[in-house]
Amino acid sequence: MPQITIDGKSFDVQAGGNLLEVVLGLGLDLPYFCWHPAMGSVGSCRQCAMVQFQNAEDERGRIVMACMTPVTDGMHLSLSGERARDFRADVIEALMVNHPHDCPVCAEGGECHLQDMTVMSGHRERRYDGLKNTHVNQYLGPLINHEMNRCIACYRCVRYYQDYAGGTDLAVLGAHDHVYFGRHQDGVLESEFAGNLVEVCPTGVFTDKSLVHDYTRKWDLQSSPSVCVGCGVGCNTAPGERYGRLKRIHNRYHEEVNGYFLCDRGRFGGNFVNSDIRLTRSGQQQADNTFVALSREAALAKLAQSCGAGQRIAGIGSPRASLESNWMLQAFVGATQFCAGFGPEGAAVRAIASALKGGGVPSATLQEIEAADAVIILGEDVTQTAARVALALRQTVRNKGLEKAAAMGVAIWQDAAVRNITQNDCSPLIQLMTASTRLGDIAQETIALSPDDIARYGFALAHALGTGSGVTDMSAADQTRVEAIAAILRDAKRPLVISGSGCQSESVVNAARALALALQQQSELTRVVYAVPESNSLGLALLDDHPVSLRELSEQAQRGELDTLVVVENDLYRRAPTDVVETLLNAVPNIVVMDLIETNTIERASLALPVASFAECEGTLVNAEGRAQRYFPAIAGKPDQPPAWSWLADAAAASGRQALAGLNHIDALLQAIAADKPVFAGAAEAAPGAGYRDRIGLKVARQPARYSGRTAMYADKTLHEPKTTADEQSGLAFSMEGDNQSLPSALQPFVWEPGWNSNQSLHKFQTEVGGAMRGGNAGVRLIHPHDGTLADATALPAAFSPRDAVWWVTPQYRLFGSDELSAQSASVAELIARPQVSLSPADAARLNLTPHDGVAVSVGDRTVKCRVNQDAGVPEGTVGFIQGLPGNPVWASGEQATLERLPDFARPPEVLARDSEVAHG
Amino acid sequence: MTDRPLTQNIRSDGSPTFLERYEANGGYAGVRKALADMTPESCLEEVKNAGLRGRGGAGFPTGMKWSFVPMGEKAGPGHKYLIANADEMEPGTFKDRLILEQDPHQLLEGMIASAFTIQADIAYIFLRGEYVLAAERLNQAIRECYEAGYLGKNILGSGYSLELRLHKSAGRYICGEETALINALEGKRANPRPKPPFPQVAGLWGRPTIVNNVETLCNVTHIISRGSDWYKTLGRGEDNGTKLFGASGNVKNPGVWELPMGTPIREILEEHAGGMRDGYQLRGFLPGGGSTDFLTEQHLDLAMDYDVIGKAGSRMGTGTMIILDDRNCPLGMVRNLSQFFGHESCGFCTPCRDGIPWIVQLLDQFEQGEATHEDIALLEEKAAFIGGIGNTHCALAPGAMEPVNSALKYFREDFERHVTEGGCTYHRAGGRH
Amino acid sequence: MMSDLIATLSPEEVSEIEHEIGLVPRRDGAAIDALLIVQKHRGWVSDESLKAIAGLLEMSAEELEGIATFYNLVFRKPVGDKVILLCDSVSCWLRGYEDVKARISKHLGIEYGETTADGRYTLLPVPCLGACDRAPVMMVGDELHTHLDESDLEMLDAKEVAL
Repeated sequence: MPQITIDGKSFDVQAGGNLLEVVLGLGLDLPYFCWHPAMGSVGSCRQCAMVQFQNAEDERGRIVMACMTPVTDGMHLSLSGERARDFRADVIEALMVNHPHDCPVCAEGGECHLQDMTVMSGHRERRYDGLKNTHVNQYLGPLINHEMNRCIACYRCVRYYQDYAGGTDLAVLGAHDHVYFGRHQDGVLESEFAGNLVEVCPTGVFTDKSLVHDYTRKWDLQSSPSVCVGCGVGCNTAPGERYGRLKRIHNRYHEEVNGYFLCDRGRFGGNFVNSDIRLTRSGQQQADNTFVALSREAALAKLAQSCGAGQRIAGIGSPRASLESNWMLQAFVGATQFCAGFGPEGAAVRAIASALKGGGVPSATLQEIEAADAVIILGEDVTQTAARVALALRQTVRNKGLEKAAAMGVAIWQDAAVRNITQNDCSPLIQLMTASTRLGDIAQETIALSPDDIARYGFALAHALGTGSGVTDMSAADQTRVEAIAAILRDAKRPLVISGSGCQSESVVNAARALALALQQQSELTRVVYAVPESNSLGLALLDDHPVSLRELSEQAQRGELDTLVVVENDLYRRAPTDVVETLLNAVPNIVVMDLIETNTIERASLALPVASFAECEGTLVNAEGRAQRYFPAIAGKPDQPPAWSWLADAAAASGRQALAGLNHIDALLQAIAADKPVFAGAAEAAPGAGYRDRIGLKVARQPARYSGRTAMYADKTLHEPKTTADEQSGLAFSMEGDNQSLPSALQPFVWEPGWNSNQSLHKFQTEVGGAMRGGNAGVRLIHPHDGTLADATALPAAFSPRDAVWWVTPQYRLFGSDELSAQSASVAELIARPQVSLSPADAARLNLTPHDGVAVSVGDRTVKCRVNQDAGVPEGTVGFIQGLPGNPVWASGEQATLERLPDFARPPEVLARDSEVAHG
Repeated sequence: MTDRPLTQNIRSDGSPTFLERYEANGGYAGVRKALADMTPESCLEEVKNAGLRGRGGAGFPTGMKWSFVPMGEKAGPGHKYLIANADEMEPGTFKDRLILEQDPHQLLEGMIASAFTIQADIAYIFLRGEYVLAAERLNQAIRECYEAGYLGKNILGSGYSLELRLHKSAGRYICGEETALINALEGKRANPRPKPPFPQVAGLWGRPTIVNNVETLCNVTHIISRGSDWYKTLGRGEDNGTKLFGASGNVKNPGVWELPMGTPIREILEEHAGGMRDGYQLRGFLPGGGSTDFLTEQHLDLAMDYDVIGKAGSRMGTGTMIILDDRNCPLGMVRNLSQFFGHESCGFCTPCRDGIPWIVQLLDQFEQGEATHEDIALLEEKAAFIGGIGNTHCALAPGAMEPVNSALKYFREDFERHVTEGGCTYHRAGGRH
Repeated sequence: MMSDLIATLSPEEVSEIEHEIGLVPRRDGAAIDALLIVQKHRGWVSDESLKAIAGLLEMSAEELEGIATFYNLVFRKPVGDKVILLCDSVSCWLRGYEDVKARISKHLGIEYGETTADGRYTLLPVPCLGACDRAPVMMVGDELHTHLDESDLEMLDAKEVAL
C-alpha cells in the first residue's frame, strides 16, 4: 500500500488510482471539473492542481494535475500550499472569464458544482473586465434546457454523451474560446440517457426543463430515497418535492444497480404523479356511467361491503403495484382467487423467476455487467426495456481495450489515452434479435431471428458448450454460426447472458437459462440478466405460486360464481385483448378498481378508489435481479389516497377479517409477508423500519438543514403554520430536523456536505470514490442461486418458417411509449413513439411498399393503420409491433397478422412541435 | 556544395528539382544504400550517431525518438506509420516551404529511409492547406517515385514496401503538435493527446507512429547517404549538421539560408540578412519563431545551438528569427502573437483557452491607455499562469507566453510608458502598435 | 433522412470521397478530406452538403460539424469566387499588413468575413502563411502574392476581372 505525504502529513492509500480520487477519498477537498468518477480523467480543466516534490528536500516542486497523476509510493505533495492554491485560483478565475454570473435565474443555483468550486478555490473578485463571449442556445427537446453562456468548457457533456453513452448528436463545435457544446441544429437529443447531462454538467448549461419551468432550489426540496417505477431494473432515485408537487428526480447512487446514471424514462417519466390523469377521489359509478364522489369513510364502507362475508370475491394484482399491495390482495381474496394480472409476458416472467431460483447462475450486478468480457443477448432489446443495462453494456465492450491499455501500462482512468489505444476495438457482444437495436454500433454481430429461432440458437449454443440435448434440425449455415458464437463464448472468462420477457416467450428464457448453465460449467463468473418490464414484475412472479389466468376468472364469472372483483393498480385493457377483458368485466356484478390514474378499467369500476403513487407512500419492489428495494414518499401522502394495501387492511378490519386487520403498518405487513412466503424474508430488511433513529434519537430529515419558509410556505392561504406531517410508516421525517449524513443507504434522501452543495458531494458518502456507499448497498437480494438445473425448461420450439401472406407478430418496445405511467409525464408524452410496424426489406418488397406507404395490420377483427419501418434486422415472415403505445391493441407475440398496403399513407410529421420557449438569443 | 546538403538542389530561379535532376545530383543514393547495404538497426545507429536533433522546434534527438518504436514481433499485427510534419504554421517560420516547393524529393528520400528504419509501411506528408504549390510539386514527386520504384511494393527489389500519401490540412496551428496531427489524420478535431501512450507505441489508429519535421527528415537523407561521420563535421558549435536559418521583419535582406549549426546570430543577421533596413534599429528578436523568448542585442554573439540559446533564456525553435525594430511597438508585436496563439488554441484546456484571450485583452488596454501599473503585475501573473510548464495540456500555451514573458523582461519600460503616457506612443510616431 | 441527402453529392464528389475512405480503417476517418473535396467542388460546405457527407461517412451531422468548425479552412458559409487570405501574423504585422488590410477593405468594400456584392471576393485573415521573408503576403484563391504594396490592389481588379 503506497504511502504519500500531503502537506507534511502521511497517508496510506490504495495503489492504482489517480491522485485526485485518492485525495477526495481521504476526505480532503480538492476542486475539479472535468474528471468524473465514472468517466475518468482527461486533464482538460486543470482545476485539480497540486504541487509534487521530487523528495522531502525539494522545496519548489512542480504543478501536476491530480486527476492525471498516478499515485506512487513515497510521493511528496502539497495540496494547501500557496503555489497550488494560487494556481487553482487562477484556473477558476480563467473559467469564470466568460461565465455570466446569472446564478439567481439559473436552475442549477444552490446545487452548482461551479459555485462550490469557485468558493473552494478562493475566487471572489473579478479582475477580467473585457467583453464576455456569448452564445445562442438550442432547443434540445422537451426534457433538457440549454444555456450555453454558462458553459466553462469542461468537456464533460460530450465525453458523457458520446464516449460513455454512445450518443452521436451532441458534439463540441468550434475551437479556442469559441467552443460550443450542442447539436448541429435545434432538435430533440436522441440518446435515451441524455437526461444525465443535467447531473453531469457541473453548472447550468444542461438543466431539467420541467424543473426550470417549475423551479425550486435544492435547499427547498423535500426529498426521499426512492426506486424508479419505469421498468424492472429498479434504479435508485431521489425525487424532490415542494408545495405537494414532484419537482424533479435525481439519480441516487447504488453501486450494484444504477451507479451514477438513470435513463430518461426514469428521470423524466416520474412526473406522471403531477398529471391531471391522477385519480384523486373515490367514486361510485352510477347507472348513467357518471361517478359520484365518496368520502374516504363512505368509500371504505362500500369496499368492506363488497368484500364482506358471503361475497364471492377475486382479485387481480399488478406488476406495477408494490409487493405489499399484491400480497395483501392475494391474502385478501385467497391464493386460488388471485390473478397476478400479467399481460402476454406473464409466462416468460414466471420462467425468469424459475430460472433465477433454479438456474444456478447469479444475476449480474451493475459492476458485473460492466466487467463481462463477452455478452450474448437473446431477444431482449434492453435499450428499450431495461435501459440502464444498455448503458452498462456500452462500458462492458470497452474491456478488451482496457486490457490492451493495461498491457501498455496505461491506467484505465486515463480515459482519452485508453480510447486512443483502443480505437474501436470492442469486446464481443452478440445479439440474437427480432429487430435492429440501438446497440448495433457496439455489437460484433446481430442475427435476425424469430423468437422461436432465438430459443433454438440458445439451446444449440448450450449444447455446443456441453449442456442439454441440442438442436438436430438446424441448417448447416445456422450450425456454423452457432459454432462461431460458441467459440467466442468458450474464450470468455466472465461471460454474460442477457435475455428477458421481451419476446413474451418462455422458450427464449429457458434457452438463456440453458446457455448460462452451460457457460457456468466453464466459468463460475458467468452471470445472467433477465429483463422484466415493470417495477415489480419479478416480485409478483415470486409471490404468485398458484397462477390463475384472466380467462379462468372470466369463466368463473360467467358461471355466476363471482360477486366482486378487486383490481389493484392494473389497467386490464393493456394486458389482454379488449374482448377478453370485456367478457370478464361484463360478467362481474361488482368491480372495485384501485389505481393511481384514470384508466379504461377505472371507467368500468363500480367503485373506484385512488391510491398513492411511489412518490406518496412506502412500498417494496423486487427488481429484475431479485433485489427487494424500498421506496419512501417525498410527498406527504393524503388520507384519501392511501396505498392499496392500506385500503385492503382497513376493509379487512371493517369486515372483521382479523388476520389482516392488524396489518395497517408496513413493518407489520412485511413481517406477515415474510412469515407467509419465505422467499420474501429479506424484503423486510430492505430498509430499516419505522423505528429507525439516529444516534441522538432523531429520524432522518427529508429536508436539508437550509430548507426555508416552512412556517410561511402557505402564508398566502392561511396564517396558521401547518403542522408538520407525521410519518408513522418510516424512519424518515417531513422535517429538516435530523441526520442526513451517516445513514443506512436505504434511507439516504439526498447527498449534501458543507462546501459540496451539488451531487458531486456523493464521494463524501462513499467508502472510496466510485465505490460502495458507507451506508451499505440498499436493498436485499432475495434469491441466492445454488446448484442449477434445467428442470423441465427444455422444450424446444419448432423452427420458424415464414408463411405466405401471414406474418408472425413480434413485440417491440420503446423507452417512451411502451410504459404506461411514464407516458403520462407531460414532457415524456411529447416524445412518445408513433405507431409503426417493422418489416424486413424483403417482405416490404414483396408487398411493393415504398418508403411513403403505410400499412393496415390486422389481427382477428382489429386493424391498425400505421407507417412502415423497413428494418433489415427483422426476420422475414415477422412484423415488429410496438407494445403498450396508447391506443395500440394488445397483440401478443405469435399472433398471426395480415398486411395490406396503404399507398401514400399520410405520415404525421416526424419533427415534434417545439415547446414554447425555443432558443433565444 | 558538400557543406550545404539541404539546399544543394535549391536554384536561384526558384524552379523545382524533380526526379531526373535530383537523381543526376546524386539523389536516392541514400535510399539505395539503406535498402541494399543496411538494416533498420544500422540505419538507426547512423542517425543516433549523427546526433541529429528534431528541427521542428523542440530539438529532441531523432534517433532516440525512433528507438522507442517496437520492432519485429513486438510491434504486433498491423501498420506502422511515418509522418512528415509539413504543417509549417509557426509565426515567422518559412523554412520548410523552401524544400517542399523546390526540392520535394529530398523530403521523400528522407522519408523512405526513415520509414525503412522504423519499418513503417505507410507514410504521410501532413501539409498545410495553404501550401498549394508545394502540394502540386509533392504530388508530382510522389508520382515519380512510384513510377521509379522508390515507393510502392518491394522497393528496388529489396522486399521492403512503403505507401506514401499526401494529406492536406484543413488548417490549425495545433496540428503541428504531433499527437494533434495524428488526431487530424484520423479525421478528428486536432486536440493534443495525453502521453503516455507516446505515438511511437500507440499513435495513428493506435499503431506505432513517428512524426518528424520536414527538415529533420531531409537531414536523414544525407546522414544515410553520406554517413554520420561526415555529418558530424558540418556543425560549427555543439550541435551537428546544418540548419535552415531565416530572418524576417525589417531587415534589408529577409530570407532563409542553410548554415552550419552553431553559426553566430550576428553573422546571420548582419551577413545574410544584411542588417536592419535603413532607418530601423534593432530592438530584439525571437530566435526561432513566434513561440520563443525575445533575445536582444546583447545576445548577438551567441551561437545558434540548441543548448546555447536555451541557456540564454530562449529556444532555438525553428531557427527562423523574427526581428523587432525600434519603430514597432513591442507590446503590439506581442499582442499580435498572443492573438494568433489565442485563436489557434484548440480550446481543450483552461489556461490556454481562456487565459490567452485575457492576455490580448490586457494588451489592448495598454494600447488604449486604459492600463494601470497594477495591470503590468496582472499581465505577469497571468502569463506565468498560462505559460508554466505542466500548467497546460500541451506546449502551445507555454510557447505563446515566451514572447510575453520576455517582453516584460526586456521591454518593461515600454509597458510603463503605455501606462504613464496613456497608450501607445509608437502609433503617434507613425509606427505600428 | 441523412442518407437521402447523399444523393445531393455529385458522382465525382462521391467517388473522390470513397477513394479517401478506402485509405483509412474507418469511414469517418476521411472526414476532413471529404469536407475539403466538397469544398473544392462547391467553394464551401453548406448544411445540406454537411449532412450528405456525414451520411456517406456513416457519422452524425454533429460529429462532422465538430470537425468542420474546428478547422480554419473549412468554410461553412458561402464565400466569393476567390477567397483572399490575408496573413495577419507577426512578420506581416511588422511589415505593415494592417495597411494592406485597410486598403483592400476600402477598395473592395468588405471587412473580414464579408463577400463583395458581386460575389467575387471574400476577405479572411489567415495565420502566418510561411512566406515571412516576402511579407506582407496574402493568397488570392490558390495563388500566393508577396511583397504587397499599393499596386496589388490593381492586380486584384485587373487579374480577376479578366476571369
